[in-house]
Amino acid sequence: MELVFQKTTGLTDKPTGYCPGCTHGIIHRLVAEVMEEMGILEDTVGVASVGCSVLAYEYFNCDMTQAAHGRAPAVATGLKRVLKDKFVFTYQGDGDLASIGTAEVVHAAARGENITVIFVNNAIYGMTGGQMAPTSLVGQVTATSPFGRDKTVQGSPIRVSELLATLDGAAYIERVSTHDVPNINKAKRAIRKAFETQKKGLGFSLVELLSSCTTNWGLDPVESLNWIKEQMVPVYPLGVYKDVGGGRK
Amino acid sequence: MMAKVLMKGNEVIAEAAVHAGCRYLFSYPITPQSELVAYMAKRLPEVGGLFLQAESEIAAINMVYGASSAGARVMTSSSSPGISLKQEGISYLAGSELPAVIVNVMRGGPGLGGIQPGQADYFQATKGGGHGDYHAPVLAPATLQEIVDLMQDAFDIADRYRTPVYLLGDGMLGQMMEPVEFKERAQMDLGPKDWATTATRGDERKVTNSLFLDPQELEEHNHRLQAKYKSIMENEVRYDTYLTDDADYIVVAFGTVSRIARNAIKKARDNGLKAGLIRPVSLWPFPEKPFIDTRDKVKAYLTVEMNAGQMVEDVRLQVEGRSPVYFYGRTGGMIPNSDEIYAQIFAIAGGDE
Amino acid sequence: MEQRVVFYEDLCKGCSLCVSVCPTNVIHLAEHINVRGYRPAEVNEQHKCISCAACARICPDVVITVFREERKKAVS
Repeated sequence: MELVFQKTTGLTDKPTGYCPGCTHGIIHRLVAEVMEEMGILEDTVGVASVGCSVLAYEYFNCDMTQAAHGRAPAVATGLKRVLKDKFVFTYQGDGDLASIGTAEVVHAAARGENITVIFVNNAIYGMTGGQMAPTSLVGQVTATSPFGRDKTVQGSPIRVSELLATLDGAAYIERVSTHDVPNINKAKRAIRKAFETQKKGLGFSLVELLSSCTTNWGLDPVESLNWIKEQMVPVYPLGVYKDVGGGRK
Repeated sequence: MMAKVLMKGNEVIAEAAVHAGCRYLFSYPITPQSELVAYMAKRLPEVGGLFLQAESEIAAINMVYGASSAGARVMTSSSSPGISLKQEGISYLAGSELPAVIVNVMRGGPGLGGIQPGQADYFQATKGGGHGDYHAPVLAPATLQEIVDLMQDAFDIADRYRTPVYLLGDGMLGQMMEPVEFKERAQMDLGPKDWATTATRGDERKVTNSLFLDPQELEEHNHRLQAKYKSIMENEVRYDTYLTDDADYIVVAFGTVSRIARNAIKKARDNGLKAGLIRPVSLWPFPEKPFIDTRDKVKAYLTVEMNAGQMVEDVRLQVEGRSPVYFYGRTGGMIPNSDEIYAQIFAIAGGDE
Repeated sequence: MEQRVVFYEDLCKGCSLCVSVCPTNVIHLAEHINVRGYRPAEVNEQHKCISCAACARICPDVVITVFREERKKAVS
């Protein structure tokens, strides 16, 4: 028998605490696989943020730094400016990146910081119990929008990939999805491209991954992936929004 | 050996940091410390370092956190309202046991306050400011020359104990010009930073973290931190005294106010009043010995500060009620002059003549 | 026969994503409960598995290791 697939050395042995079916587990694995395949596990510092993935520092098999809520891109800036030849990535959810951390990610991109941001967008706050996120959809019922997100009261969702693509310092921005295996494979290629962008010193890279939250959406894992496909993709179109290195459209 | 140079306080703070081995500064412009930042923008590249203007004070302290995690000697500088913004970051530095130096060139508060000097961030610096059980050592220079020595101390204490350290100045210190000498000081050998997340091949995996969800683990972590603070309290106290051996009336003051107080004390002595000065240099750990030595002998203490009464509480704690402790303060950026302070000493001594 | 898909039962959270993507429908949740309290995914009909690894790629908990029959050399 020949081996087709096994667990990557980019993940530690610690079983994750994520809910059954949570796409965090898939995305962790993709990032870990990319690092292993590029041979950079020992050359990388990851920055964990605050949200469901707060314990990411226990799961990635590389040096890790825990950051305060929203501040991961600033922490990553400090790390990368000192460790110029090493790889630095952040792993952030939609509250961390698009709410409290909006300034940090925008300015890291504007400065063209040579880091990679993994942005897990599941349109809700998981860890704190299902509150509305800046990326929640209009009409979406959450703990803090119990009547459905109302544009006139709570505004409209933020499209982070489009926003950051307007900045000259952003070198590679792509939005992908995790709702089926072909999209998961595309997502991995995007993550690889982001790390390659960092390797070439081209500037700021970000991969936005449309993700699920079965517990707070109140759907089972399979239904959740369907919700991404049917509800989120129309609002957050998949694709490459910036690519100074060329090659992917 | 370098000759004395006439420099502005903010620039002395910057140059002293460079001499102490600091190679990274992350700051945001704010009056009255902006000259520090402009100086570093030119100076750090000369020594292979980096100044990066952060988008906010919050981003700056988090960049410090990242650079410190990577093992660098790093600093941020700001003034009162900006230091308020940094409090979460400082708590994180303390909890994650990361070294860093935070310079506060104090101004009038609260809120937007004013841009004139103040000393009203004593509580913020010494009693926490950020959440949780932690202390950051606080060093308060009174002269530009003292800044040079204390800056070296600040970075050494930070690295040796793995803690954030404050250098507390005020707008006067930042703006005044005095001759200073940058003598080469032997760098302490504090050992390699084997805890730093440097992504070094062959090293075991490193994690910088302050989260301990299990309460037992978090309590043990807190015990470790408290043991560290106990060690700092035993080893890093700094203070100065002036004419306290036979003093009846002791003025207690820190920073620039202590220099004004010295003039008042000289005037008091000229007028037959035995006045003296205790000048805490480490505000945390607060010096105990000069108070233990005097509290049963003096007739009264007078604490003088540019605030509404902050250090005076620590003075009262040390005096333990054995002697009266008076307070005189100016706020809003108003600077007390030596005549005012002398008048206070005279009034306190009034009933005794 | 040798296993084409190996499930590390103790890690499985019974989310059923693998069940939903298997093109030959050989994965199902077991009747019993694993050490974490979930019904783990399992495969009994190994011979129907085509080693596509879709299950492994969608599994959030990296429960599955996938093998393939070695390709037989062409007979000349």
